[in-house]
Amino acid sequence: MIARLRIAAAIALGVTAVAIGGAFAQSSTVDEIAKYREALQDGNPAELWEARGEEMWTTPRGPKRVSFATCDLGLGPGVVKGAYAALPRYFADAKSVMDLETRLVWCMVNQQGISEGDATKIKFGDGSARRSDLEALAAYVTSQSRGVEMKVPVNEPHVRDMYRLGEQMFFYRGGTHDFSCATCHGEDGKRIRLQDLPNLTKTEGAQKAYTTWPAYRVSQGELRTFQWRLNDCFRQQRFPDLVFGSEASIALTTYLAGRANGAPYNGPAIKR
Amino acid sequence: MADPMKIRANVVGDSTEVKVLMNHEMETGQRKDAQGKTIPAWFIQNVKVTHNEKVVLNAQWGPAVAKNPFLSFKFKGGAKGDKVKITWTDNRNDTRTDEATIA
Repeated sequence: MIARLRIAAAIALGVTAVAIGGAFAQSSTVDEIAKYREALQDGNPAELWEARGEEMWTTPRGPKRVSFATCDLGLGPGVVKGAYAALPRYFADAKSVMDLETRLVWCMVNQQGISEGDATKIKFGDGSARRSDLEALAAYVTSQSRGVEMKVPVNEPHVRDMYRLGEQMFFYRGGTHDFSCATCHGEDGKRIRLQDLPNLTKTEGAQKAYTTWPAYRVSQGELRTFQWRLNDCFRQQRFPDLVFGSEASIALTTYLAGRANGAPYNGPAIKR
Repeated sequence: MADPMKIRANVVGDSTEVKVLMNHEMETGQRKDAQGKTIPAWFIQNVKVTHNEKVVLNAQWGPAVAKNPFLSFKFKGGAKGDKVKITWTDNRNDTRTDEATIA
């Protein structure tokens, strides 16, 4: 009899333990992912891209044998320090609002004499043989803004127009799944599989998300830029392909970058 | 020719802390490409670190090490301005050596 009671007690205890374990699983997964990121932070392979980009930045390139020393990212020709924290911005010479990647392409085409087709031939690398110059250059330029406060000139009229267009796009529902960006990024606690999704309608969420791109994606063995991030979001939404450097891509970038204003830039980061 | 490593070496107390990022595919030989063909194994097999010509680390690696590997270790001794030399050799006998100054 006593033995039977003991068994019953043991089973009851076992059930409680399982229940606690279940409640624990979700938060501990998030903790474990955070720990994983922290462990990788120290040895971020993005630095390999930064090193390659830095060399490219100073090397004469293209038919005109011109380096990026003449490329103005908004703070003067060749100035890299802090430039990314104030992008996108309006460039009078190109008469348009540009993000980092489109500006890099503009410099390659207009100053180095590289054809637009060649400059954008490999927009995104595949992590091994197909390597993108743009990703390496973006890694270098963004690394030079680490710790710099985000200051996208959202009050400049051209930038403001882009920001508003981006805001509209963010909430615009469409595609086969009737998705908008806000469907996944407009509420706390949303996730894809085990990955928490940032709530981009909150300042904190927008800042944390934007300031950690570009990032080295461990699962892809590749450094990914913000253009890639948007491109892949569009794919996941089953939207038409987002054209690299298009007005739509720059509008969304401007909106999200502007929402991050005030926070220190913290990339290139490392992500799962 | 493989891409350069990124090496940082700092004096911490009575030892030197070395952190190194290597550029390598680290293909396991277990994966298949889109056509279903096995992607041949290609990975770093040996890592050798010397400080003033003296070997301070000699490691044998296998295909379980991640792509673009990061290695961090400490060794006793080492002074500011000393050189730390790192060499890796992969299973295709490709090799790369880089040097850093201890800060």
